[in-house]
Amino acid sequence: MLALKAENISKQYRLGQVGTGTLSHDLNRFWYKIRGKEDPYLKIGETNDRTTKGDSEYVWSLRDINFEIEQGDAVGIIGRNGAGKSTLLKVLSKVTKPTTGHISTNGRIASLLEVGTGFHPEMTGRENVFLNGAILGMTRKEIKRKFDEIVDFSGVERYIDTPVKRYSSGMYVRLAFAVAAHLESEILIVDEVLAVGDAEFQKKCLGKMNDVTRGEGRTILFVSHNMTAVKELCTKGILLTHGQIDYQGDILSTIIEYQKSSARESSYIYNGNLDEAIGNENIKIKEFSVSPIKGNLLDIDSGVHVKLTFHNYCPDITLDTTFELKNYDELVIFHVGKFVSAKGDAKVGEYTVEFDIPTGLLNAGNYYFKLYFGKDQKTLLYGIDNFIGFEVENVKVGDIMYVYPGVTRPQFEYKVQTP
Amino acid sequence: MNEPQQKWTETIDADHSLFDLKLKEVWRYKDLVYMFVKRDFVSSFKQTILGPIWFFINPILTTIVYLVIFGRIAKLPTDGAPPLLFYLAGVTLWNYFSSSLLATSSTFTGNAGIFGKVYFPRLVTPLSIVISNLMRFGVQFVLFILAWAYYYYKGEAHPNIWILATPFLILLMALFALGVGMIFSSLTTKYKDLAMLLGFGVSLYMYATPVIYPVSSLPGFFKNLAYYNPLTGIFECFKYAWIGVGDFSPAMLGISTGIILILLMIGIVIFNKVEKSFMDTV
Repeated sequence: MLALKAENISKQYRLGQVGTGTLSHDLNRFWYKIRGKEDPYLKIGETNDRTTKGDSEYVWSLRDINFEIEQGDAVGIIGRNGAGKSTLLKVLSKVTKPTTGHISTNGRIASLLEVGTGFHPEMTGRENVFLNGAILGMTRKEIKRKFDEIVDFSGVERYIDTPVKRYSSGMYVRLAFAVAAHLESEILIVDEVLAVGDAEFQKKCLGKMNDVTRGEGRTILFVSHNMTAVKELCTKGILLTHGQIDYQGDILSTIIEYQKSSARESSYIYNGNLDEAIGNENIKIKEFSVSPIKGNLLDIDSGVHVKLTFHNYCPDITLDTTFELKNYDELVIFHVGKFVSAKGDAKVGEYTVEFDIPTGLLNAGNYYFKLYFGKDQKTLLYGIDNFIGFEVENVKVGDIMYVYPGVTRPQFEYKVQTP
Repeated sequence: MNEPQQKWTETIDADHSLFDLKLKEVWRYKDLVYMFVKRDFVSSFKQTILGPIWFFINPILTTIVYLVIFGRIAKLPTDGAPPLLFYLAGVTLWNYFSSSLLATSSTFTGNAGIFGKVYFPRLVTPLSIVISNLMRFGVQFVLFILAWAYYYYKGEAHPNIWILATPFLILLMALFALGVGMIFSSLTTKYKDLAMLLGFGVSLYMYATPVIYPVSSLPGFFKNLAYYNPLTGIFECFKYAWIGVGDFSPAMLGISTGIILILLMIGIVIFNKVEKSFMDTV
């Protein structure tokens, strides 16, 4: 049975200052409407790409979104910043209406776009539980019945009759999430709310949400940038790009798609005329790609296989190839330079260089390559910076979801002497 | 095996009927109205020493000022009613109306934070504002009753059967503030100018309403005009019922009721229309 069905959902926003020209647009709309014509401003608008400067004043944050969600599914909605994730959640949770389209749901929707919505600082924890619960759509009776459970879950029992303005931010979030976690709606929409709170509490929340879908058969829509959490919690995924659905499927393949669609290309393959390939008169690059050694998702445990194919035009030199890997803080993680030909013996033609970055070297994060080719260890034949980028996903360790600090992520063997 | 029949319980659409007032949904959220009222009450007096006594101080001081300025200096007539009681009645009623109107008119702009994060029928908010103001009014009304009892004992107040209509008068006033407040709050989401207009509009409106003067003191043309002000019937009826003065007829109350109900309907319709998309323009 379906829990939710969205048909042709689109959402248009007006850019720039709302106000100037508002009245004239409104009058124009009204003029079209009374003549029985369609809203003239619906025809224009551009896809939502932040990076390009558009000509239109209107932009489509969501465009023709169609999907169905089965009852009991946990669906992760992923995409880059500005892909329309939050707008989609807002439309689904009725905070704002879609410009076009139709959504049907089976059951009540409760949305958690923020924890502690409506918390009043002057009111006590107890009063705020009731207030926040009521805002989220619970009745007084429901909250009363669950009150002890909520307080227990939050772990702030001692302060429950203290105004929440005296709470630490952690306590505040705990109490707020506890209320939300006990919602009884059939469909729960959760935005990136777990970014707050400590690791232990995050774990508890994710556990609770897992219970909600697996145990109680409720449907969850979850938006997060924390791929580890998404992978852990969700069974299915929807990938949004520029306001449109790019991919739908099980969560793992959606995350793989997401990696592929990363802003930086994770592979470069050129099959056409060599003259137009990346490079110069000395070197032309035909292929450069990174892929997981094991499995098909680049994560901490998968290792990274690097493959470079290039065409050399300089005969009889000593050719070397150097890879430099940098992270997004411009920190050089490693610099590997090796000869690919014997001394003074380079041939004109195609070379392929492959190597593996073993597991344990790279921590989760974004990386990119700087690549250069040298002649006789003296002259640069060709160099390219910022070339292939890729992202290594985190893998949870035990119950810890967040990314451990550190540039590298070695897995040392412990030699333990027990007492 | 048969597939279970797919059923839908809720739908979200781009367009909806203008006259779907969603009052049923508001009823389902009645506990939220209660919590909002409680919040308003609690937050007003936390960490104040005098607490609800502040409710008394406002009408007392206002009445004294009016007594001096309009009674002593401008020498406006009061239809023979004791001036203090006359002004206190006007001030008590007017305070309720103006504070309800001003508070409801900023529903959307003032609650954008909550409205942007969670859905509940937005009508809950202005409704709770009007009700929490009703509690303030209740306290101030007690003050009026005390003063009235004193004058009644002295034989200067002459109540009659219309006293029983008092709850109805209050209700009318609440609905009036609600209706107009909703219209303004809906329009200010796009046109912020209206908030400015309303600010001084309300203070001017007081002088168009028989708060500090009786209708009987108006010259003919203005008197006829005053009858179309929905508040005229309410204020005159109130003063007539409790003090026994004023130019009151049931027809006036009829006009008030009619105009107020129409404004209320318009208010709810516009409000429901705006609540769906105001987050994009506010």
